[in-house]
Amino acid sequence: MEGVFKGDENYLNLEATELRLGLPGTNESSVTKNNKRASPESGKKIGFNGDSAPKSGDPVTAQPPKAQIVGWPPVRSYRENNFHPNKSESETGIYVKVSMDGAPYLRKIDLKVYSGYSELLKALESMFKFTIGEYSEREGYNGSEYAPAYEDKDGDLMLVGDVPWEMFISSCKRLRIMMGSEARGLGWGA
Amino acid sequence: MSGSLDHSDKGQTAPDLSIQMALSSDQALEIVLENVLCFLSSRHDRNAASLVCKSWYRAEALTRSELFIGNCYSVSPQRVTQRFRQVRSVSIKGKPRFSDFSLLPRNWGAYFATWLVSMVDVYRGLEKVYLKRMCITDDDLAFLAHNFPALKDIVLVCCEGFGTSGLAFVASECRNIRVLDLIDCDVSDDDEDWISWFPESSTSLESLTFDCVESPINFEALERLVIRSPSLKKLCLNEYITIGQLYRLMVRAPQLTHLGTGSFSPSELVVHGEQEPDYAAAFAACKSLICLSGFKEIVPDHLAALNPVCANLVTLNFSYAHINAEQLKSVISRCVKLKSLWVLDSITDEGLQAVAATCKDLLELRVFPTDAADDADGPVTEVGLLAISVGCRKLRSVLYFCQRMTNTAVTAMSKNCPDLEVFRLCIIGLHRPDPVTGEAMDEGFGAIVKNCKKLTRLAVSGLLTDKAFCYIGQYGKLLRTLSVAFAGDSDLGLRYVLKGCPMLRKLEIRDSPFGDLALHSGLHHYYNMRFLWMSSCRVTHKACEQIARQLPRLVVEMISKDEDKEETSEYVETLYMYRSLEGPRADAPGFVRIL
Repeated sequence: MEGVFKGDENYLNLEATELRLGLPGTNESSVTKNNKRASPESGKKIGFNGDSAPKSGDPVTAQPPKAQIVGWPPVRSYRENNFHPNKSESETGIYVKVSMDGAPYLRKIDLKVYSGYSELLKALESMFKFTIGEYSEREGYNGSEYAPAYEDKDGDLMLVGDVPWEMFISSCKRLRIMMGSEARGLGWGA
Repeated sequence: MSGSLDHSDKGQTAPDLSIQMALSSDQALEIVLENVLCFLSSRHDRNAASLVCKSWYRAEALTRSELFIGNCYSVSPQRVTQRFRQVRSVSIKGKPRFSDFSLLPRNWGAYFATWLVSMVDVYRGLEKVYLKRMCITDDDLAFLAHNFPALKDIVLVCCEGFGTSGLAFVASECRNIRVLDLIDCDVSDDDEDWISWFPESSTSLESLTFDCVESPINFEALERLVIRSPSLKKLCLNEYITIGQLYRLMVRAPQLTHLGTGSFSPSELVVHGEQEPDYAAAFAACKSLICLSGFKEIVPDHLAALNPVCANLVTLNFSYAHINAEQLKSVISRCVKLKSLWVLDSITDEGLQAVAATCKDLLELRVFPTDAADDADGPVTEVGLLAISVGCRKLRSVLYFCQRMTNTAVTAMSKNCPDLEVFRLCIIGLHRPDPVTGEAMDEGFGAIVKNCKKLTRLAVSGLLTDKAFCYIGQYGKLLRTLSVAFAGDSDLGLRYVLKGCPMLRKLEIRDSPFGDLALHSGLHHYYNMRFLWMSSCRVTHKACEQIARQLPRLVVEMISKDEDKEETSEYVETLYMYRSLEGPRADAPGFVRIL
């Protein structure tokens, strides 16, 4: 609660009883930035009742991001997987669809399960029964008809491996194992 | 009843009949009774009939063919199979509803296996199994498929413990299978191509629902199955079915009435120059289609394909479709006969206004959230709810997730929609007051219980004081189910409800400051309830022990998250209590303590 003027008692009280997310001490921006939800302990309320928990008058301290409340909002877990990309990723995986040109079905994988590109590619190879070539920054994937590509947040088709792993898993929306000339085309150039 | 009746004799009565058949008059009466009771189908009527006298009890027990067990632990399989001998249909419900939201640890119970063991000798003619929130394994499914040759309908709702292997058993061994519906189940992917296990001959399948099965399906096998299932009326596909594959299936099954469309998006492979199928034509050919769902990965370009069927739609489930208001409008504006609509809040208030403008016969509306995060504002608000209440006067059931709501809008709905039986409002932000007045949401919910005289189910949220519960106790005379989360001030709140709602059967409460005094105030009523759930409240172990002593027919379960955790906390983490004829169950795991 930066900006509270200690001398101004009325202002202090107003802030203390203001209803917002999170425990007293968080500022608005930190709450909206992270995806984790506020977790007021049961019985603790910020606001209306006279017998509310004592915290309202506590000294200002910056609070760390809150843990998500279990089972809230009350939607069944398979619906949570369909939440907007904004949702917290701490507890559930990063599921993306994988398709391969020529294969009649899609598969779904959890990117969080893999620690890096080599693990991911190995998994894809065994899932779809094919081999990927050697990766080089300049030439893309050599030695195979296939090239693993992904669609990123902006909808662009990128070659898997071009960006650091952490950046990849946060921006990858869909994986596509391309075949043939289109695959080679993607490998060239920046 | 065989035997000849001599019509020429005047004044023939039962005693004469009994002489002819060498029966006692009691036996004759019972036979008559059985023949009459056969026509009684409602279980409530049957329960009443069974209480008349021993004779009626026996006759009813022999003629009951549909068994409904609302709580699998309220009665044992042995007791049930000893009393009811001619059962053809079994419905069993297991875990409490809050288990859907991860509030119940795994392996709590509700195993179907114990029921199978008892049923196998007695219910050889079993035709239908309906399970909700039960644990059923692959072995159980194999046992079921193998030992009940007359089995026609299997419906599993919110069940878990099995995988595609179990489904393969069902497919291959249930020769008369007519309905196989898996709804919201957690089905593990054992890599088993279960669809291929259906027999090669023509099947009697009428309904196949597997949209919750999160593993790839052998499409060719599915297509062949659809071709050889001429009675198929309901088909709900999973998200691994692309729109191109959907097209092929629809072409094979134009007689469908219910269709779950799968992903409703193309696979990645779109060969350049290849003609896209005429999806609209496929829909147009399905002249009996009244129910649509799926749309798990919808590409809005294809929404227009739905146009030919919109005018006949009775049910539309868009709750997985991330579409905006404009996209919804293009569809909903044609859905004049719609009675049930499930949507995502991505459609915004504007989308809801469009619904209100067209769907005058709407009976049920569910608006689900796309985002779990707390925002001061969300895509749907009091504006949308108000619009719906004005346009859809016949509403009976509402489920509405939002970030903000006003008492005015809720009150308006209570007046505009007097037929409401189910009102579930979830204001996602905890303890949110009315953003316009700054007041608690007491008056809005008060208006609902007061004005909606047919209300049987209520879920409350937002900032609520004990006053809200006072209203509920005062006016909620038909209320059967109540869900409370993060609400109330003191024991008084729960007291009002327990004292005031005589029809209350299911009460589930979480994270609310209700304690021992409140718990005690319901002693007079707990035997009339199916269950009471209280988690993260202020109930002490002592109070629970007292309740258990005073009500011996009540099973009082104290559930903690960890098995090892000593009872360090003052309050019981989760209290789950229910009436039972059997006493404490034998299969409780370590983290459950039964008093």
